[in-house]
Amino acid sequence: VTQEALQTSGSAVMPPPAAARQPRRWPRVGALKGVLFSVLLIALSILFVYPFIWAVSASLKTQAEVFDNRLIPRHWAFHNYSDVFHIPDAPMLTWIFNSVWISTVGALAVTFSSALIAFGFAYFRFPGRNLLFGILLSTMMLPPEVTMIPTYLIWKHLGAINHGGQYPLWVPNLFGSAFYVFLQRQFFLGIPRDYFEAARMDGDNYWTMFWRIAVPLAKPALIVTFIFELQAKWFDLMGPLIYLRDTALFTLPLGLKTILDSFGTSGGGQGDWQLIIAATVIAVIPMLVIFAVFQKYFLEGISTQGRKG
Amino acid sequence: VASIAHRAQRPGPLARARLWASGFKQRETWVAYGFILPWFVGFSIFIAGPMVASFILSFTDYSVIQKTNWVGTQNYHDLIHDPKVVIAMKNSLLFTIMSVPLEMITALTLAVVLLNVGRAAGFFRTLFYLPKMTPPVAVAILYLLLFNGSVGIVNRVLGWVGIRGPFWTTDPNWVKPGLVLMSAWAVGGTMVIYLAALRSVPQQLYEAASMDGAGAWRRFKDVTLPMISPSLFFTFIILTIAGLTEFTKAYTAFFGAGTKTNQTEAALFYAVYLFRQSFEFFHFGYASALAWLLFVVILTITLIQVRVSKRFVFYQGENK
Repeated sequence: VTQEALQTSGSAVMPPPAAARQPRRWPRVGALKGVLFSVLLIALSILFVYPFIWAVSASLKTQAEVFDNRLIPRHWAFHNYSDVFHIPDAPMLTWIFNSVWISTVGALAVTFSSALIAFGFAYFRFPGRNLLFGILLSTMMLPPEVTMIPTYLIWKHLGAINHGGQYPLWVPNLFGSAFYVFLQRQFFLGIPRDYFEAARMDGDNYWTMFWRIAVPLAKPALIVTFIFELQAKWFDLMGPLIYLRDTALFTLPLGLKTILDSFGTSGGGQGDWQLIIAATVIAVIPMLVIFAVFQKYFLEGISTQGRKG
Repeated sequence: VASIAHRAQRPGPLARARLWASGFKQRETWVAYGFILPWFVGFSIFIAGPMVASFILSFTDYSVIQKTNWVGTQNYHDLIHDPKVVIAMKNSLLFTIMSVPLEMITALTLAVVLLNVGRAAGFFRTLFYLPKMTPPVAVAILYLLLFNGSVGIVNRVLGWVGIRGPFWTTDPNWVKPGLVLMSAWAVGGTMVIYLAALRSVPQQLYEAASMDGAGAWRRFKDVTLPMISPSLFFTFIILTIAGLTEFTKAYTAFFGAGTKTNQTEAALFYAVYLFRQSFEFFHFGYASALAWLLFVVILTITLIQVRVSKRFVFYQGENK
């Protein structure tokens, strides 16, 4: 019997011993495999982080040395970061402010309006609910290109384009957005109905119930909405390209594009690349900070997105 | 009497409509409509209205400046014979066909690696996710610099192993592969979705597979892949739509003020062409027809994907 048991344990039947010691998700890898794995991990890390390091390093180099691919600049050029704020016809500071303003207002607007709509669909039972929610979901499939031109014509008609204004970039956010409504509705549905009934007993009306019970409990979903939209607005190029004519109204992505067009010969290396790269780094850093602070919510939000599939 | 009894058993459409309409007598219904009113207004102004308008525009030669004429199906006829449409559609399809599998494989590799890292997983997850937090305009600028044919780091590294890298940003044959590689850099979102899916695979399944003598590859192929197939399917569809509508990176790198070089045709993605027809040439009628073609193409491809994937996607707790 012992002999048999030994043989069995010697074959592939037994789980690897490490699995017992620490609960690993994946079968333990051997020593050589461990080394290979470390090499792979380091290689991937370099691949994914090096472009950032390269950009920061190049932004601190002089024009002649931008492409020398040295990690540490031969001649430090910290002044690139002050020069970038003094480019003629390129008011960087204004662009940063514009991006911060549009992103924040847009994100706040869409968070609040989507919460209202999501709560309406989650809490109430009313005739037409399923039909309307179905329509709402199906609008997620619609590429924005289809509605882009008439929407532009509406804003043009209202004078928002010629008379300068960034309204077209955030006002639509006051009317909710299908994806966020979907996300938040899931969250509202998860709140036990007893909470609402109890609030009604306490004399809450629908509005105070929404504010006092639903919103605080759905805070994670609201934060996810806010940071997702903040990122979307910070990234958007097509919207500003369509609606903004006046350089002073540009957002950071459109500003970057403007700097790129005026300094960089496409695909070549003649222009003031050190300034373009410095401006790029400035555009990248805020979102990295936002991610560092709200990482948990980003990951949670994205995972939920995947789970619905 | 018989007819009354019959009606009591199965309410006819009229009775059901009456029951449905009676809901509107309740206060709660109106409160609910109050809550969803913002969506209702937004949907009418920014989606339903523009959709109808766009459809009508696509049968006109509307261009803001000149007098507008009804041109029937002329726009649709033109776009079939427009060589630029063929080029743009081919570019977008090629980009999608190259980038979607690469992004899925990259993301899955990263997720599997993260699963094996152990305690440091959080740190590396952040690391791999960071490119996703980079604005696409910035990604496009980095692409121009890193993939520069003569001085870029990519060709420098290729040179170390004895490969003479192509002129990524100027050689029409290499423009799309370069953009594809750069896109695969920002796969953090897909990676996180896969990571969550991998973590939710029941551990007993792996143990059972090991008992049956399945090696690492067999376990991956026969346990992991089927269990995470809903996530794979979801990202497959999302990434395909994103690929077909790709705009920002191509536009930033190759279009805008004064770029009239031969590589621009290789980067003329469908969304870029659509944008130029709309807001650079102001051919709003023609551009509307282009937009509807894009919609139909996306819808068709998505439906095919849903059909085909039904055979491969495994949903837990589903009776088949």
